[in-house]
Amino acid sequence: MFDRRLFTNFDWTLLVLVLVICGAGVVNIYSASHSYREIGTPFFVKQIYWISAGFGLCLTMCSLDYHMLEDFAYWLYGGVLGLLLLVLVAGKTSMGATRWIHLGFFSIQPSEPMKIVIIMTFARFFSRQQVFKGLGLKDLALPLAILGVPALLIMKQPDLGTAMLVSLIGGTMLLYVGVRWSALGSLVAAAVPLFWVGWHYYLHDYQKDRVYNFLNPDLDPQGSGYHIIQSKIAVGSGATFGKGYLHGTQSQLRFLPEQHTDFAFSVFAEEWGFVGCLVMLLLYLFLVLWGLGIAKRCNDRFGSLMAVGVSAMLFWHIVINMGMVIGLFPVVGVPLPFFSYGGTSMVTSMVGVGILLNISMRRFMF
Amino acid sequence: MWLSMGAFFMFFLLLARLWYLQVIATADLQNQSENNRLRFVPVAAPRGAILDRNGKVLVSNTPSFSVAVIPKDVKDKVQLVGNLSRYLGVDEQEILDKWRKSEGRAKYYPLVVASNITRDQLEFLEENRLALSGVNIEMKPVRAYANGLLASHLLGYIGEISEDELTNENFKEYNPGDYIGKSGIERAWERSLHGVDGGRQIEVDARGRFLRTVEETNSAVGNSIVLTLDLDVQKAAEEALGESAGAAVAMDVRTGEILAFASTPGYDPTLFAGRMPKDKWKEYLEDKRRPLENKALKGLYPPGSTFKIVTAIAGLEEGLIDEHSAVSCPGYYKFGNATFRCWDKRGHGHVELRKALRESCDVYFYKLAERLGVDRIAKYAKLLGLGAPVGVGLEKEKSGVIPTQEWKLKRYGKKWFQGETLSVGIGQGYVLTTPLQLMSMMSAVAADGVRYQPHLVKRIVDSEGKALQEFAPKVVGQSGIKPQNLRLVKEGLWAVVNEAHGTGAMARLAEVQVAGKTGSAQVVKQKTRGGSLAYEFRDHALFVAFAPYQNPEIAVSVVVEHGEHGGSAAAPVAGKILRAYFESKGVIKKPVPKRSTVPEGEQPGEGDQPALEKPGSVDAKAPAINVPKEALPGRSVPVVKADQ
Repeated sequence: MFDRRLFTNFDWTLLVLVLVICGAGVVNIYSASHSYREIGTPFFVKQIYWISAGFGLCLTMCSLDYHMLEDFAYWLYGGVLGLLLLVLVAGKTSMGATRWIHLGFFSIQPSEPMKIVIIMTFARFFSRQQVFKGLGLKDLALPLAILGVPALLIMKQPDLGTAMLVSLIGGTMLLYVGVRWSALGSLVAAAVPLFWVGWHYYLHDYQKDRVYNFLNPDLDPQGSGYHIIQSKIAVGSGATFGKGYLHGTQSQLRFLPEQHTDFAFSVFAEEWGFVGCLVMLLLYLFLVLWGLGIAKRCNDRFGSLMAVGVSAMLFWHIVINMGMVIGLFPVVGVPLPFFSYGGTSMVTSMVGVGILLNISMRRFMF
Repeated sequence: MWLSMGAFFMFFLLLARLWYLQVIATADLQNQSENNRLRFVPVAAPRGAILDRNGKVLVSNTPSFSVAVIPKDVKDKVQLVGNLSRYLGVDEQEILDKWRKSEGRAKYYPLVVASNITRDQLEFLEENRLALSGVNIEMKPVRAYANGLLASHLLGYIGEISEDELTNENFKEYNPGDYIGKSGIERAWERSLHGVDGGRQIEVDARGRFLRTVEETNSAVGNSIVLTLDLDVQKAAEEALGESAGAAVAMDVRTGEILAFASTPGYDPTLFAGRMPKDKWKEYLEDKRRPLENKALKGLYPPGSTFKIVTAIAGLEEGLIDEHSAVSCPGYYKFGNATFRCWDKRGHGHVELRKALRESCDVYFYKLAERLGVDRIAKYAKLLGLGAPVGVGLEKEKSGVIPTQEWKLKRYGKKWFQGETLSVGIGQGYVLTTPLQLMSMMSAVAADGVRYQPHLVKRIVDSEGKALQEFAPKVVGQSGIKPQNLRLVKEGLWAVVNEAHGTGAMARLAEVQVAGKTGSAQVVKQKTRGGSLAYEFRDHALFVAFAPYQNPEIAVSVVVEHGEHGGSAAAPVAGKILRAYFESKGVIKKPVPKRSTVPEGEQPGEGDQPALEKPGSVDAKAPAINVPKEALPGRSVPVVKADQ
């Protein structure tokens, strides 16, 4: 059952890369949560648990041939979509607990697996379809519906960050498959009124505030503009070489909110400076390019599309999180893969890496 | 592959932004970061104490609690102000006003909203800490006045530094909210008393909560000021003045050290450091006795007959009179078509210098002044230190007026009338002096024309008790007046107190020989006088004195506003001051606390005083008999009384 080639072709580079980033994350979380008086297990230790669990899941993903996923893709899509609907219903009954489904002893957040599931679904969808001159508007209708329905459901929770990520992952995959310029133009044209409607009737006030404050953080420096200002101060005061590990004043004094989760990178930037950031940025760039490389080397279309999807998922997480931390994007709750504290993000990212490793080591099978 | 290109592009964008923040804009952001976490909490240095010459404490410090708000940490201003107002019983508007005034300052700078809160209020605030985010309770030392209102005008008060003072070059290192001397010694010696404020650089978290002290600069206690003042003499002066408005100053004629410096009524200096209750403020402002005015320093009074000392000296020095030059006083003096009245309308008859001073004959001095002319009188007045600040070392001392022909021309653009000279000769008309100046004049006479710099501070002592600076007696003037002339005047002044018909008998001490001069200063022109006058139109009573007669140590001057007669209202005050002085010197034994077995009238310590030389032919020990009627209290004012 176990092909020796699988081991010899194992993508050690990818694994080491991911583990290096995870290690940096743990070290950083130790610093970020240094000033907290913690009850029970410290965050950095819990993060190691999550990495271990994620790593286990990752290896499990490897051990199964990813082609199985092709068969399961639609079923998984249907299942997660069902859970998303359940969240909407259950959310109404359980007083604002809108993102989670409580299943007795543990809870699941169905929006998170949707990131992976949409990758599989699109990969499956386009793996059987020959596209020559790019997708036209008619060809796009079904994929956009597949993408749009979960995205809207997630947005309704409301979880703007995840909805956006799901859309971006799907969108990137569509672009990879190829979209005709004419279709792209029409979509953009259609998006403008859609945005207007969304802005006025769909977005919550606090979400609008985030956009306003992103545009002008000084509007409410103590309120919703606070994150951006404090994060910029933390990052900027790190200067070229940083303040030194455990010496980031902004973070140690907890001027930063959510500094071990979504804003972990600003703690890092403060303590390690531009040089440190450059290293992290290169690591992440390398990770994304490596993922795209796997897609390129992969012989089957399904695997290739999956690799693109996972790379896109990691890429958008990285870009949005960092952009948010350094004040390029509005504050949306998007964690930095392998780096921010948190189990959900770790599991999703590890599953993604598992898929990449899976594809990478099985590229000779055809 | 163009997806890789896109990834490259986005990463480059992130990198460019990081470059901007961490390399280009870093200085500004680092600065913001420092401001974020570091705050400076000033720690006021305890002020130095103020002591009397014997080391008795006049002003020291006591801890007090004040409530400060750090505007930056306040979440809900309206609610907080409401809560504070309720807990502290302070008007909401008052807090808001303070808040508004502080708006230009750094947001994390504590803003004091209430000082000197009570223990109950303190406990209440502590209990309700959670509802009061951004509120700090600060302990700081405040002034404690060991003797209540005693010497309040001299000591002065402290208060929060004003906007004007903050922009003043002298106080450039002071901070908003600092306490600073506002008047008196506290003001004049602010720099010595203040000490060096310290502070703590503290680190705070995002919610402004204290985390740790980064750096601490200790405050250095201010230096203490040892005054020349004698607490016992000061007490005697204020007690003797009692409820009346007035001033009394006493000085050691051999050194210029001021022993008593009283201005009544006093005020409560603690009210100025905290919140002055509105009704109290109103009370002070409406009191006819002007409790807020330092009358010893700034009170301008016509010296009345006390000025006759000057006129007499001028006459002697200019060779116009000698001891035996005589004038006949019919009770008035006709000058041109005006009649100048003597205070005693019955007239003094044959008057020589000694009698003229003793009985304060106006006619004698009218005639003398006429012959002297105003400029010559002014010359001697100035030689004796009148008409200029004595330079006692307090702010805003008044200079008074010693008129000359030139002065009038300048001041009013009018020629001098000779009739006006007659008024000047008896210390009326344009002449205005302060109690300090009169004391200084008396001191110069007592010390044979030597004028010492009157001063209030004996030494400055650091917190360990080491003297940093001593103030030695300083001669500021030799009047150049011939000793024999001064002797003649002094004999007259001795007679004022000790001889029959002398106007100053009520200043007499059995144990020590006192010389002095009474005075009454007109407040309104005699023409407008009716039978009995309303308080504010009554004459001011004055008395200047020195003692002991033979070997003068102390000079005093007393003004009792609207006290009417120098002899009855001011002389006893001077007597009590002198008594207290000689008691503290051990010359006069202090009365033993009264026991019921002590027979009435028995004078404790009687007969213990050193033998005194008798001046002239009058028995120095003679009890106070033959007190002139005009010196007695309660006697109705003669209608024609011009002066006494």
